Amino acid sequence: MQALDKKLFRDFRRLWAQVLAIALVLGCGVAIFLTSFGMYRALEDTRAAYYERNRFADVFAEMRRAPAMLVGEIAAIPGVAAVEKRVTGTVVLDIPGRVETAMGRVISIPDTGLPLLNRPVLRAGRLPDPSSNTQVAVNEPFAKAHGFRPGDGFAAMINGQKRQLTITGTMLSPEFIYTIGPGQLMPDNKGYGILWMPERAAAAAFDMTGAFNSVSLKTARATNEAEVIDRLDNLLESYGGFGAHGRDIQLSNSFIDAEIASLRATAAVLPPVFFGISAFLVNMVLGRIVALERAQIGLMKAVGYTNREVATHYLMLAGLVGLAGVVIGWAAGSWLSHALAVLYADFFDFPYLVYRVSPDVYAISAAIAFAAAGLGALRAALSATRLSPAVAMAPAAPPQFSRGGIDRLLGALRLSQPAMMVLRGILRWPLRSGLTVVGLALAVAVMMAATFTDDSMDEIIDGFFYQSNRQDALLLFSEDRPASVLEEVRRLPGVLAVEGHLYLAAELRHGHLSKRTPVEARRPDSDLSRAVDTAGKGVVPPPGGLVLSRRLAAALKVEPGDLLEVEFLGSRRQTHLLPVSGLAVQYLGLGAYMDYDTANRLFGQAPQVSTASILVDFAQQDALHARLKDLPGLTGTIMLTDARRSFRDTLAENVLIMMAVYATIAVLITVGVAYNGARVQLSERARELASLRILGFSKAEVSAILIGETMLLALLAQPLGWMLGWGIALAITAGFSSDLYAVPLVLRASCFATASLVVLGASLGAVLIVRRRVDGLDLVAVMKTRE
Amino acid sequence: MDRPIFRMQAVTKVYDTGGTKVHALAGVDLDLFGGELAVLLGPSGSGKSTLLNILGGLDHATSGHVWFRDLDLSVLKESALTRYRRDHVGFVFQFYNLVPSLSARENVQLVTDVARHPMPPDEALALVGLDHRLDHFPAELSGGEQQRVAIARAIAKRPEVLLCDEPTGALDSKTGVQVLEAIRDINERFGTTTIVITHNAAIRKMAHRVVRFHDGRITGVEVNQTRLAPRDISW
Repeated sequence: MQALDKKLFRDFRRLWAQVLAIALVLGCGVAIFLTSFGMYRALEDTRAAYYERNRFADVFAEMRRAPAMLVGEIAAIPGVAAVEKRVTGTVVLDIPGRVETAMGRVISIPDTGLPLLNRPVLRAGRLPDPSSNTQVAVNEPFAKAHGFRPGDGFAAMINGQKRQLTITGTMLSPEFIYTIGPGQLMPDNKGYGILWMPERAAAAAFDMTGAFNSVSLKTARATNEAEVIDRLDNLLESYGGFGAHGRDIQLSNSFIDAEIASLRATAAVLPPVFFGISAFLVNMVLGRIVALERAQIGLMKAVGYTNREVATHYLMLAGLVGLAGVVIGWAAGSWLSHALAVLYADFFDFPYLVYRVSPDVYAISAAIAFAAAGLGALRAALSATRLSPAVAMAPAAPPQFSRGGIDRLLGALRLSQPAMMVLRGILRWPLRSGLTVVGLALAVAVMMAATFTDDSMDEIIDGFFYQSNRQDALLLFSEDRPASVLEEVRRLPGVLAVEGHLYLAAELRHGHLSKRTPVEARRPDSDLSRAVDTAGKGVVPPPGGLVLSRRLAAALKVEPGDLLEVEFLGSRRQTHLLPVSGLAVQYLGLGAYMDYDTANRLFGQAPQVSTASILVDFAQQDALHARLKDLPGLTGTIMLTDARRSFRDTLAENVLIMMAVYATIAVLITVGVAYNGARVQLSERARELASLRILGFSKAEVSAILIGETMLLALLAQPLGWMLGWGIALAITAGFSSDLYAVPLVLRASCFATASLVVLGASLGAVLIVRRRVDGLDLVAVMKTRE
Repeated sequence: MDRPIFRMQAVTKVYDTGGTKVHALAGVDLDLFGGELAVLLGPSGSGKSTLLNILGGLDHATSGHVWFRDLDLSVLKESALTRYRRDHVGFVFQFYNLVPSLSARENVQLVTDVARHPMPPDEALALVGLDHRLDHFPAELSGGEQQRVAIARAIAKRPEVLLCDEPTGALDSKTGVQVLEAIRDINERFGTTTIVITHNAAIRKMAHRVVRFHDGRITGVEVNQTRLAPRDISW
């Protein structure tokens, strides 16, 4: 090994603590890049492959009832490559050993076997016999949640009759990668299952013989999808079409879209922060090393080493830092992506393993890490080449301090000399001080980004469960029922209060903007389920007016007083111009509300309801559930008390994990910046501090200078960090916002305080580690050492 | 010893330190011969270190010419000067300038790694009497030993010229003598042209020739008729 290489490795070993502090920050960048970018690609590629292989449809539509012969007309729409009709419906399930009802979504499968589009993968057992009306295949997560195997069974209320069903097999479908039932906030595989039933049996069950109520289309390449959707809507209009749509608002697909977008956003935002800080740290440390090794550089040049060899030597040192960062990052990233994969396995159901970060992502992450370290080292390496050997071997000139306006100001403040040393030290290297402040501010911001979500989730939970949805349970009817059904519900055991609501499928239009969302009609005295404004007060839609969620209003660019065109879909094909009369706060779903009587009057119908909200006496819960399982016309029960608990638990767990990860990251950044800053400062000030000790300053007084500078910079970083944190939080809430849900920006004082305390604490810890070296200052040796 | 290895003609060096010009060399003409041991004597600030830097290819003259054999150092570019230093010159500095993270042997190896026909590092260290301290790090060596490592490092490449800048400046008299012994030994054994700059007048007695410096000019050149061995010198 060449002597210069030996020097390299020994320097590397000597500097291990500083190298580690940088490598950890760099490793964070690599790990997050690997995880977010790697999983983003893995998820997207796997989904694409799954969709391709299993012919996931491009356009979907549901309608009340269309004759089978309509399929030919749909197939004739230009650009349509394949059409498949089917019968779907929702049923209440009675599962052995389960007190509550469960919901099942029935999907018909053709007599010929597996469907051509949205083709499920048979995971166990076999398909149901086409002639049987008691056999079904179920989705694998549902079977697993209940421990079902082929041959097991459960009961279902089908067409007012309880029927015993037998499971013949389990399947997975590209339509249900993320399976969420109506009214559910997150997947509940015990409470919601997909039931694939032979076409004849399904048609008989839902009165669809010779008809269908759901259709999927595959379009040819380079087809204008919007045009196909328009033509399909036209065809379905007279059959009670609920509006055709593309993959973008297919529920499972849009949830995965949201996850992919969030991974992509993470990959684009976070790693650059870490790589930037790493480059800065490498720059700071290597700059100091080059300053310290001035004489050695002079010597190397004097004995004939070329500029390139000298520069390479220092770049190699940065390369080793990069290597350490890459090793740490790869290890942490592999672990993290595995952890994320496990999490995804809970939420997303793919038939094969996706969760592998491809080798080229590893290579890219390493290349970026080395580039960051190299970029950071460039200035120091270039300054080493610029040193002329004769000058390099002479002692460096003392840094230039001169009296400026700031000094006069400081003088007027009559500060102590140590305080002056601290302030001059900061002002002497404004760039370095500035970058240190930025680095620490980013740590504050990262910490805030983690803590604010907790407050935001609290706001969502409070708004959704305690302000807007105060019922214990929601009963869903298979079809709109006369309002008299509420009397029946009131008589059920344990029901303390009932309210009915009517849901109307609709498309809202304002100019060229449009959104498809159900309009919920409710009575003015509705109390269990209501819309609230920012102050938490109920907003009641007046007769003839609409109340919209703020998000929906913003998406349609309407304000109270504006007129909105409302096209009702399904069997109530009517279009009305309705004024927006109020706005409500709502984070889950889009939300549009109108007056109950107005709605019934518009359609000239006797009062009808689609759902019933109830308050329950929990002492009679079991009796209530037993009755609900046999209640004709009911398609499902959503227990909001359970949803509340599971939503809170799941979130609490995820937020806790995220907080821990982000806090670790914030501490690593802080320690990386503060520790290296203090080490460099100590190195620069060693003679100065030793001189003070010789002059009679105590260790504590001398340490105060060292600690003072770091902590002053850390304090200066706080306001900037708060601003950055606010910006990041704003970006995150904007990034999360979709038609499915939105995250409110809630920044409480505790969020600022926690972030500041963590970063100030970590800074103090880091500088105290360096402070111990002040005790070890060898006064005589320091004074003898030639700088 | 009659063929000049270095020729200097009207060499000047002006440092511009923020408005004030300092004439470190104010017109120097000097020939130095192959195999000779010359002592450049003068007080600090007289320009002798500047001259040594120019001879060693560490610095350019402001005006005038410096030839190493037929090579005009004054017109060489940075890379050519590096080449020149790598191939022909050995340096010994007042503060040794050893790399603290490398052992004695490795400090020598630092040079032999890039030289064309070097001697083995162990052999160079044996020449200065340090064959028993090969694996010691600078911090474990005395000042005299460190300077001898520096000499071993300088000669390991078998240079044609050995330039020593105050080699005993940081050492006590007894240790200094050992270092001078090593330098003279190299000069005699290999015929390496050796230039020692010092402000210590006692050292002039070991030289073939003594060149006196003052205020950037040569004030006199004298030839020693009888040279003293370093061990007979004291200060």
